Amino acid sequence: MKKIMSGNEAIARGAYEAGCTVAAAYPGTPSTEILENVANYKEINSEWSPNEKVALEVGCGAAIGGARTLVAMKHVGLNVAADPFFTIAYEGVNGGLVVISADEPGMHSSQNEQDNRLYAPHAKVCMIEPSDSMECLDYIKESFKISEEFDVPVMFRVTTRICHSKGLVTLSDREEVGVKKYEKNVQKYAMMPAHARARHVVLEENLDRLRAYSNKCSLNRMEMNDTKIGIITSGVSYQHAKEVFGEEASYLKLGLTFPMPDKLIKEFADKVDEIYVIEENEPYIENFVKAMGIKCTGKEVLSVCGELNPHILRKAFKKEDEGAGYDVDVSLPKRPPMLCAGCPHRGIFYAMSKYKDLVVSGDIGCYTLGLIPPLNVTDTVICMGAGFSAAIGLKKAFQMGNVDKKVFGVVGDSTFFHSGITGLIDAVYNKTPITLVILDNSITAMTGHQENPGTGKTLMGEITEVIDIEAVVKACGIKEENVVVVDPYDLEKTREGVEKAYNATEPFVLITKRPCALIKEVRKERAHLNCEVVQEKCKKCRMCLKIGCPAITLKDGDILIDKAMCNGCELCKQVCKFDSIVKVGE
Amino acid sequence: MTKSLLLVGVGGQGIILASKILVSGLMKIGYDVKMSEIHGMAQRGGSVTTQIRFGEKVYSPCIVENSADLVIAFEKIEAVRWLDKLKKGGTLLVNDYEIYSLPVLIGKEEYPKGVIEKLKEVVEHCKVFDAFSVAEEVGNVLTQNIVILGALIKALGIDTIDWVEVLKENIPEKLHDINIKALKKGMEL
Ligand code: SF4
Ligand code: SF4
Ligand code: SF4
Repeated sequence: MKKIMSGNEAIARGAYEAGCTVAAAYPGTPSTEILENVANYKEINSEWSPNEKVALEVGCGAAIGGARTLVAMKHVGLNVAADPFFTIAYEGVNGGLVVISADEPGMHSSQNEQDNRLYAPHAKVCMIEPSDSMECLDYIKESFKISEEFDVPVMFRVTTRICHSKGLVTLSDREEVGVKKYEKNVQKYAMMPAHARARHVVLEENLDRLRAYSNKCSLNRMEMNDTKIGIITSGVSYQHAKEVFGEEASYLKLGLTFPMPDKLIKEFADKVDEIYVIEENEPYIENFVKAMGIKCTGKEVLSVCGELNPHILRKAFKKEDEGAGYDVDVSLPKRPPMLCAGCPHRGIFYAMSKYKDLVVSGDIGCYTLGLIPPLNVTDTVICMGAGFSAAIGLKKAFQMGNVDKKVFGVVGDSTFFHSGITGLIDAVYNKTPITLVILDNSITAMTGHQENPGTGKTLMGEITEVIDIEAVVKACGIKEENVVVVDPYDLEKTREGVEKAYNATEPFVLITKRPCALIKEVRKERAHLNCEVVQEKCKKCRMCLKIGCPAITLKDGDILIDKAMCNGCELCKQVCKFDSIVKVGE
Repeated sequence: MTKSLLLVGVGGQGIILASKILVSGLMKIGYDVKMSEIHGMAQRGGSVTTQIRFGEKVYSPCIVENSADLVIAFEKIEAVRWLDKLKKGGTLLVNDYEIYSLPVLIGKEEYPKGVIEKLKEVVEHCKVFDAFSVAEEVGNVLTQNIVILGALIKALGIDTIDWVEVLKENIPEKLHDINIKALKKGMEL
C-alpha cells in the first residue's frame, strides 16, 4: 500500500515493520514526531524519558536485554546522551539498537547547527543516512539488521528537510522478531577497564567487517550517467543534486556513511573526470575523499553554514543565477514568534521586567520568547538546563568582581526534569544566592504538547504518578521559607513573589503554576472567557500594550481586544490603572 | 513537468491541514509528491510556509528563488514576504486578510497600506479574494483555510478528482458538512 508520510512518520513505520519492541526519546524539533508516531503502534513499548541520556540508557538496557530498540533525539540531544553513546559501541548490542540523530542545518528552531555525522567516527558507531521518506522506512529496517549482524549500535542521521518533508512510501507488514534471549556476559556488558580494553579490540574488528560491507551493500550505490562529473553525496543533498544535475552527472549516493566505503569511492573516482562532493554543513565526506588522495571540489564553493538547496548548488557549481524575481515596494513589519494570548508565562515575565538591573539566565522552551520585546527579560540562552546552571556561573562572576547584581535562572517544568534539577542541587550545595524560577505549565509546550513527569500521563496515554516539583525542590534542600508558589495569572501575588525572590539572600525558588493556554482541556474550559475594553473609560495610556499579548490591538488609536484570541487571563485588566478593561463570559 | 507550490501565512491559519489535504489529492491523481514544512518557533504566531512539489518524479523538496509556479498567501503581507519565490509569469493568489504581528500590535511598526494594489501592479497573474467573508458566510470562520484550498484547486485546474472524498478522509466526521460547503464555495471564487 502507498501512503504519503513525513520522514518522521516513515521512521516510526520502519521501526514497526522491523519488529521493534522498545522505543524512548525526549522531544525536540525536528525529531519529536518520531516517538509520537511510534506510540501509535501498540506492539512497541514507547516512552518519553526525562532527557536524552536517560532515553539512550533505557535503550542500551533494552537492546542488551534482547529487544529491537529505537531511541530518538535532536542533534543537541545527542550531546546530552554522549556519555552512554560512546560506551555502548564497546558493549555492542543483543537486540538491534538504532539511535536517531535529527540534525538541523539552517537552525529553524535550534541553538546551533552542529553536524552530528562527526559523532560517528568519534564514537565508533555505524552511521546510516536516508535521503527521503521511502528510504527512512527501508533504511530503518536495514539498520536493525546491520546492528545485530555486526554487533554495533547504528546512528541513524536525518535532517529537518527529511524529518518534516512528506513523500510517498510503500508499506509492508510487521516482521515479528520477538525479543532475543539474554545471557549474562560481564566481559561484554560491564565496562570495567579490563573488559573495555578487550572490547575495544573487538569493536575495531567489527568495524573492519562493517567497512567491507559498506563497500558492497546496497545502501551505497553508483548511478552512472555522463562521466564528466561525478557527485558524491548523502542525505537530502542527494535530492538537491539530482534536481540540479539530473543525468548530466554520475552519482555515488552514500547511505552507510560510517565506516566510509573506501574501495567504492576509489572505484567511482576512477570512472569520472571530475568530482564534486555535495553535503550540508561540515566537509565530512569531503575530508575523507581528500584524505584518500582524491581531488574533489566541495567546501571551496559551498558554505558550511546553513542548509543547501538547488538554488545554492546551481550558483556554486554551474555559475547560474535565476536573476531577480518579483519585487514590490512595501516595507514589511517583522513577524517574530510570540507568547500566545493568555500564555501563563506572560505574567511572570511582566513582573520580572520591572527590575531593570536583574540578570536573567533563560532556557529552551516557549519562555525563550521572554527575551524579545516588549518583555525583554532574558539575558542568556545556552542549552537545556543551563537556565539554572548558567545563572550560578553568572552570579559567581558577579561575586568575584564584587558586583551586586541579582541573578534569576528560568526553566520550564519539562526542562526542570530534563536537567534543571542538577543545577538546583548545585545552587543549594554551593550556597549560591540566586533565584530559580520554575515555570510549570504542566506540559512540554514548545515542541507541541508532550507529556512529562509532571503531567500525570505517559506517552502511551496511561495515567501515572505526578512528580511534585515543590516537594522535589524542598527535598533538594531549598528551605521552606525560600519557596514561593504563585499563579502567574494573579499579577499581585506574582509581583510579591518576584519581590521576595529579588530580596532573597539564599538560594530561592519561585514556582509559577498554571497550565499552558493551548492545552485542549484548558482551551475548552476558557473558551467562553474574555476581556473587553470599555472605550469610554480608556485613557489610551497604552500600558496594556506593554505585556505583548497578541489579542490586544492598537487600531486607529483605539485599544481593542480580539475576542476569539483572548482567553480571559485578566493580565491586561490587572495592568490597566483606569479599570477600563472588564472580564466577560463568567 | 514538476510543479512547485508555495503556501504562506501565519501560524494558526490552518495551512498545514490545507496542504495535507491537497497533497493526498495530488497523490490520488497519480503524481509523485513532496511536501516540506518547517515547524518550531513559527507556531507561536510567526510566519509559516509549506512547500509542495509534484510531477512524475520529484527530487528536492525545496522551492527556491523565483521557481514557484504558484504562491498562495493566506495573509496579504505574507504574499509580499515570499514574493521572491514566485517564478516570472507565475500565479499569485492572495487572501485579502490582515493579521497583525506583535510589532504592529504594540504600535512599534505599521501595517502597510495599499498592499493589494501594489501586488497587482507588479504581478501579471494576481488573483485576490476574501476567504474570511466566505468562511463567515458558510458559518464558521475557521473554515477559511478550506475556502482557500478550494480556490487553489480551481487555480491549478486539478478539479478532475472527487475532492470532497479527499477532504472527508482528512477531517473528523462532525466537521464534514461545513468544510464541504467551504470547499465548494472556495472553488467558485
Ligand atoms: S485577558 Fe488580556 S492579556 Fe489575557 S489573553 Fe485576554 S487580552 Fe490577552
Ligand atoms: S504554547 Fe503554551 S506555554 Fe507556549 S507560548 Fe503558547 S500558551 Fe505559552
Ligand atoms: S491600560 Fe487601560 S486605559 Fe490604558 S490603554 Fe489599555 S485599556 Fe486603555
